[in-house]
Amino acid sequence: MFQKLFHFASPQNFYPLAGRLWPLFALLGTGLAVWGLWLGMFVAPSDFQQGEGYRIIFVHVPVSWMSMVIYLAMAFWAILGITLNTRLSGMMCRALAPTGAIFAFLSLWTGALWGKPMWGAWWVWDARLTSELILFFLYLGYIALTSAIDDPRRADKAGGILAIVGALNVPVIYFSVKWWNTLHQGASVSLTKGSSMAQIMLEAMLIMGIAFWMYAVAIALYRVRSIILIRERHAQWVADLPEVKAIRAGASA
Amino acid sequence: MIWNSAADFWAMGGYGIYVWGSFGVTALCIFVEAMWVKHARGQALIQVVHELEAQETQDKDWQT
Repeated sequence: MFQKLFHFASPQNFYPLAGRLWPLFALLGTGLAVWGLWLGMFVAPSDFQQGEGYRIIFVHVPVSWMSMVIYLAMAFWAILGITLNTRLSGMMCRALAPTGAIFAFLSLWTGALWGKPMWGAWWVWDARLTSELILFFLYLGYIALTSAIDDPRRADKAGGILAIVGALNVPVIYFSVKWWNTLHQGASVSLTKGSSMAQIMLEAMLIMGIAFWMYAVAIALYRVRSIILIRERHAQWVADLPEVKAIRAGASA
Repeated sequence: MIWNSAADFWAMGGYGIYVWGSFGVTALCIFVEAMWVKHARGQALIQVVHELEAQETQDKDWQT
């Protein structure tokens, strides 16, 4: 088991594995999104307080979850990279960051579009909203920092430290609705108390959450392959790849 | 079916602009990101090939 893990920790072995895995995750994500959207838009009834406006929940909650999950995943890879000095960890971290930034942006965007009709404001300096905004800036900071340093291994290290320290913000976002008396509503789904939502709404939301998760995995695996190509471009195995040979054959023909 | 008509569905009980603004921008972001990573892979492959070819010309110059 561990031997297998170490085998795939090498970029040369991970590259083909990621190539086989991403279409599976993409397919799974698409299927789940269709199912979740069907349940959310055509099966779930309207909310007795918010009418049809509540349906934003089927995209707002999943993207917000993913913005936090991806940051934790980055912190995980950063810890692995710094302690074990594995090359692939830094590449995974970099592959995740843009997707995380997009999800954090979408969380704020869909939140604004939900806040306007329900609270009467696009934005308020509420603890939940502010900490999510900080998360968005952490992603941007990570991307800026890693792309400003030329040496990729040093960039990975510096970015990794930012990813690990910034991860402290994730529990702050999660518990913000408990710790402070905020405008943002409390958790509708809790690990300890179960759910306070109607069954079908909860189901649609969870399915959408898993769909976005699968999408994030697929896109990160796809992106990490390009990062591996660039970083390992002087290695013989890259020159021997069929996709590289195909371009060379096409160019010389 | 919970909707009486297609117009009813698009109106979302008066919240159409907010609901479709959320779903639309999310779909757009996913589409743009997918196109972006696809483009980046093409660029990465081109860079690999260019450097390989530059290396080979250099090796040839060395031999002559």
